Amino acid sequence: MDYFDIIGPVMIGPSSSHTAGAARIGRVARDLLGETPVRADIGLYGSFEKTYQGHGTDRAVVGGLMGMNVDDPRLRSALRLAKEAGMEVAFRPVPLRGAHPNTIVLQIAGNSGRTLTVRAASVGGGRVMIQELNGMEVNFSGEADTLIIRHLDAPGAIARVTHVLAEAQINIATMRVFRKKAGGEAIMALELDKLPEAEIVTALKDLRGISDVTLLKKR
Amino acid sequence: MFGTMKELVEAAGSGTIADAAKREQAGGNIAEIPAQVERMGRALEVMRASSEEGAQPDLRSMSGLTGGGASKLFAHAGRAASGPVMGRAIARALAVAECNACMGKIVAAPTAGACGILPAALLTMQETRGYSDEELTDALFTAAAVGAVIAARASIAGAEGGCQAECGTASAMAAAAVCELEGASAQTAVDAAAFALMASMGLVCDPVRGLVEVPCVYRNVSGVANALTAADLALSGIECPLEADDVVDAMKAVGDAMPASLRETGEGGCAACRVRER
Repeated sequence: MDYFDIIGPVMIGPSSSHTAGAARIGRVARDLLGETPVRADIGLYGSFEKTYQGHGTDRAVVGGLMGMNVDDPRLRSALRLAKEAGMEVAFRPVPLRGAHPNTIVLQIAGNSGRTLTVRAASVGGGRVMIQELNGMEVNFSGEADTLIIRHLDAPGAIARVTHVLAEAQINIATMRVFRKKAGGEAIMALELDKLPEAEIVTALKDLRGISDVTLLKKR
Repeated sequence: MFGTMKELVEAAGSGTIADAAKREQAGGNIAEIPAQVERMGRALEVMRASSEEGAQPDLRSMSGLTGGGASKLFAHAGRAASGPVMGRAIARALAVAECNACMGKIVAAPTAGACGILPAALLTMQETRGYSDEELTDALFTAAAVGAVIAARASIAGAEGGCQAECGTASAMAAAAVCELEGASAQTAVDAAAFALMASMGLVCDPVRGLVEVPCVYRNVSGVANALTAADLALSGIECPLEADDVVDAMKAVGDAMPASLRETGEGGCAACRVRER
């Protein structure tokens, strides 16, 4: 926390959790997909489901999916702008058990055919936690510059990634690794102290056992 | 970050809380301070713009519960029962809070629900006393330091600590900021924060329909009045009889004792009342 968490964030109202957090979740999901979605199925749970229209949660999450930040005045008209851009959007309640009261489950698809399922919670003050990616439990906020790396759970995958970052003099602030089962698909989430150059991201993509690399930039 | 009000006063020494907070935000690197001050100055600009946007007469929230009230309050300010200065202050608080309710751009201070109190207090002081934007920006650092202590020791989330944690904290931040604007000592600023917290102790978070509108926007109005009266108590030379840190701890204990129905669930308090047909 710093003093700009107290005087801030600068945001479109009315609610840091229900509006700014929702926009942030949409934005992170868009960045993870790597493109603006053409279809978005938006599942809302808990307080989000009960109060989403009054808080503009629907506009905020769609605005985020279109790439808007939490202080973008266009969030207000995001539903109209999405329609004009040809984005298909549907809202529905989503039944979850014991989830955080402000949870969103997004199923999004891009023009390229890429699809992504994201479960995320808005945990207060505009902060969010990404909790599930394509059915895999994860846990990262996207507040720092974060590398999300899909890889095969095999010896050496982590070492190869950290070696590239070490050579580039990029310090890892935090690192977590998630997998469904041993030897299967896995995800690394690395929060970095410095934004890596594009060629570092490319170098990571070329590593053996790495299937995808996404860089989430902080803002 | 300072963990107690006592530390704030000690860090300020014979200087200001604002300067201590700037050094802290810059991580002790003096060369970093101008960039941090510039960033805070941008927050002040957003605050000012939100107080103007929120004063539009045709503003309405999506629920239709609020909006357009600040325009009426500004028109009334000249003959306000609480006097023209307070009349302007409360109109500004409502304007920023309604700007927020209507999906305008605001600065959470410390939260979106309580965003009207600090800008209203500072912009009104500027209007009546002629303080510069630089002085107001300094005062925002004062406010941030006080808010950070409360966030660390208690809570600034209504869902955890009730409205005392949101509007109460905002009032305390604004009261301390006004004192430093007026050239008072750090101890006086902290006393003003304690007076504001004493007045908001126990205030519950009870949003009608779960929305950041009723009573929230009106609590911003009473919040700025609380901030200015708390500042006046301290500025007059009255020393707060309680330790500010104890008052923060008490506020935390009161928040912990609040039933869930009074902590942003939209069940108890005002949320249990019928909305009048209009």
